[in-house]
Amino acid sequence: MRNFALLLILCGSLFSAGLSWSNDIEIKPDTISETIFHDAINGLSSKSFTKKKEYIQAIATSKDSQALVILQQLLDGNIYFLKKTKTIVIAKLDNKNAVIRNAISGTDLGIIAKKRIKKVGINNKLRRQLKVEIAKLSLDSPNKAVRQQAAEEILKDINKSGLQLFTGRLTIEKDDSIVEIMQTGIALYSFKNGSVDEQLSAVKTLSNSLYPEVKNTLSNGLRSITGNPLSTEKQELKHTLEASIEKIDFKLGWYKQLENIFFGVSLGSVLLLAAVGLAITFGVMGVINMAHGEMLMLGAYTTYIIQQIMPNAIAYSPLIAIPIAFVFTALVGVIIERSIIRHLYGRPLETLLATFGISLILQQAVRTIISPQNRAVATPEWMSGSLQINPALALTYNRLYIILFSIAVLIGLMLLLQKTRFGLQVRAVTQNRTMAKAMGIRTDWIDAYTFGLGSGIAGMAGVALSQLTNVGPNLGQAYIIDSFMVVVFGGVGNLWGTFFGAMTLGIANKYLEPMTGAVIAKVVILVFIILFIQKRPRGMFALKGRSAEN
Amino acid sequence: MLQHSLIGRLLLNDTGSRVLTFCCIALAVIVPVCNLIIPSDSEFHVSTYSVTLIGKYLCYALLALSVDLVWGYLGILSLGHGAFFALGGYAMGMYLMRQIGDRGVYGNPELPDFMVFLNWSELPWYWQGFDQFPLMLLMVFLAPGILAFVFGWLAFRSRVTGVYLSIITQAMTYALMLAFFQNNFGFGGNNGLTDFKEILGFNLQADNTRNALFIASAAALLLGYAICRFIAQSRLGSLTMAIRDAESRVRFMGYRDEHIKLFIFVISALLAGLAGALYVPQVGIINPSEFAPIRSIEMVIWVAIGGRGTLYGAVLGAFVVNYAKTIFTAWAPEVWLFILGGIFVFVTVFMPKGLVGLYAQLRTRFSRNSSSDKLKRGSTDEK
Repeated sequence: MRNFALLLILCGSLFSAGLSWSNDIEIKPDTISETIFHDAINGLSSKSFTKKKEYIQAIATSKDSQALVILQQLLDGNIYFLKKTKTIVIAKLDNKNAVIRNAISGTDLGIIAKKRIKKVGINNKLRRQLKVEIAKLSLDSPNKAVRQQAAEEILKDINKSGLQLFTGRLTIEKDDSIVEIMQTGIALYSFKNGSVDEQLSAVKTLSNSLYPEVKNTLSNGLRSITGNPLSTEKQELKHTLEASIEKIDFKLGWYKQLENIFFGVSLGSVLLLAAVGLAITFGVMGVINMAHGEMLMLGAYTTYIIQQIMPNAIAYSPLIAIPIAFVFTALVGVIIERSIIRHLYGRPLETLLATFGISLILQQAVRTIISPQNRAVATPEWMSGSLQINPALALTYNRLYIILFSIAVLIGLMLLLQKTRFGLQVRAVTQNRTMAKAMGIRTDWIDAYTFGLGSGIAGMAGVALSQLTNVGPNLGQAYIIDSFMVVVFGGVGNLWGTFFGAMTLGIANKYLEPMTGAVIAKVVILVFIILFIQKRPRGMFALKGRSAEN
Repeated sequence: MLQHSLIGRLLLNDTGSRVLTFCCIALAVIVPVCNLIIPSDSEFHVSTYSVTLIGKYLCYALLALSVDLVWGYLGILSLGHGAFFALGGYAMGMYLMRQIGDRGVYGNPELPDFMVFLNWSELPWYWQGFDQFPLMLLMVFLAPGILAFVFGWLAFRSRVTGVYLSIITQAMTYALMLAFFQNNFGFGGNNGLTDFKEILGFNLQADNTRNALFIASAAALLLGYAICRFIAQSRLGSLTMAIRDAESRVRFMGYRDEHIKLFIFVISALLAGLAGALYVPQVGIINPSEFAPIRSIEMVIWVAIGGRGTLYGAVLGAFVVNYAKTIFTAWAPEVWLFILGGIFVFVTVFMPKGLVGLYAQLRTRFSRNSSSDKLKRGSTDEK
């Protein structure tokens, strides 16, 4: 797996290297700035960091089309110089040798022994400077995301040159959100450096901003207001500052809540996927499948194995894994039902023990066959990263997709149970087994199919889970008790019960966590459920009528 | 004569009980004698390691009794008995911790080592008084008893039964495990309580103390057995079994079934707590893994493999499974979980009456086979 990750990184860097290569060819030397640019690059071999700082500044101000590439390579640590001639080169190192090319002309210089070149070292100060300079250059990028990121980077450390950049570009920039960042930056600068009047007007703009730098600057500003007694101007500034900080805090608090809800809903979705199969089998057969958690685990391992078999199709692996995991775990479920649970009909407690035995065997089987260690599953490109709503709220894509997936599964299940013949039979057996049997429903086959369906859904949940955590033999154990709680809390016989149960527990968990810590949150919720079943012993959505008492 | 006295009625009036009583007393006499008196080069010598090991099994057997009382007689499958066992163990562990005194690594006369390590300045209130043996003895019963009472009161009052109850008990022990893993909970966190020195002034490493604990365990097992038998043979016992078989009917006859269930549940928790308290000084450690749900389920399987609802079956099961575990985890640890899982499946599917019912089960099976053969023959004759 680690080799595989290395391979990925290597592919990526080769790809980007190829890109910069093609950029090099387009160089067209024409103006005087060209010579400044070249001198500055050659100067990078200097030992002094202050000198380097000046040269970096020069490279950035030269506005050469190549400047951005050079600075980026410098930041990534790919810029070297030949020890003999001090020629600056861009190098790609392997074990002993380096593939180098001239940094200015871009001409290929072939392979050279590693020891003959030396890296252009940078320190944290230079790194910071590089980031800002790269950001400034990137403000010209045609790509909106690049521009936005660049503007945010400059905003973090606003100074005079940044201010000039922002004011210069304010009229050119078409995108509203980037204009807003620039305005925030300008206001931030004038708050830091302006007179009290200017500060006052800046605060009005800043009070709408959610960037952490803004809040920090404002709080610092508030603390620095001193003097006794305060002048009326300062008095006013102080009040405005306090009001705006309060406003920002209020907004931040609100977004924090939203984020909590988002995390809660995503946890709820995982619980929903894990528990819904359990609830259906419990509703139909009255047995609890203790091996249900291991179905999750098998599903997660299916993803892992598919990625091992097809290392080139990581992007599609979850999509491929979902149907395969469903079929595989459903088959395992049907086999378990036909071979063991069938013989324990009418003895739910013994079934519980037998399925627990199965879960032990499955866990140990995975430990023996694959490994007792946790395995990392690669997340495809389109599922990593996050959707940035605003500076205070970012929704990660993997959780977003899991929420969507669980909703899709829920809708699919509802259609299956409400609109198909199989669903009708399942509901009939859930409500009254003997009567259903009398009406000619093959209850034993319904049992087997339901068990398979429940296990299959757990398998799909495992695929989803593999995108959130590492995959290991104990994966199922971590989620199974929470899933039981969802079933107990939500009740059986109605999908809405599972849905509300899962969401309530998910959100409650994430809400309590920051207040009490993760463990105490779990304990509190367990105690709550024990108290809750005092009022409703059969969960929120219990079956009503004659079927309810058995 | 002896058969009709109380003791006879409890311990001697059927084969299983007689064998159990005999074995218990024999173990309590022979093992210490073989360990202490017979020289170590003799082949009849029993090593101190074995004394501790069998002592551990005796505690497990007492625990299995308590599980059988609720499962075999009351029909409640508790997946949380490990919690009562561990609470009793922790009460004993706290006493033993306080007995260390200033002989710990940090040499603090008041605070146990882990508290010094966590920079605590004084003993938390719930540790107060645990240096007194009587208070510890009280807490060994009170801690699991109160937990069982509160939990049972809540659960039985709202008529939570069957699989639901099993899951809730499992959640209970799981929640406790999470809590005890916390360092700031004040029970040593992950490492639990260990490094004990002495009990009532006797060195825990000494052979004499080990044997005394062994005899105490055997006595406790016999006492626990007598208590369970006493309950089972009383009118209360008949009601208990009636609840197991037809709870609604008992309720409609005017009995408060939830009170009976609560009483049996609490008694069972007390026995489990006692087992835990005897277990800890012998193995020398108690940590939160005793609360793990799998431990509680294992206890149930001891009872299942021995034969539920017989009491002596539970004792047999505890010895058989744990002996197998000792052998297999030493020989091939990775195989053990396969075997344990296999036992779960095999016993529930093929041996519903466990080992003690095996003979009767086989006999009925063969007789049924022969009778069905006869039936078949009869039906062919008719044609």
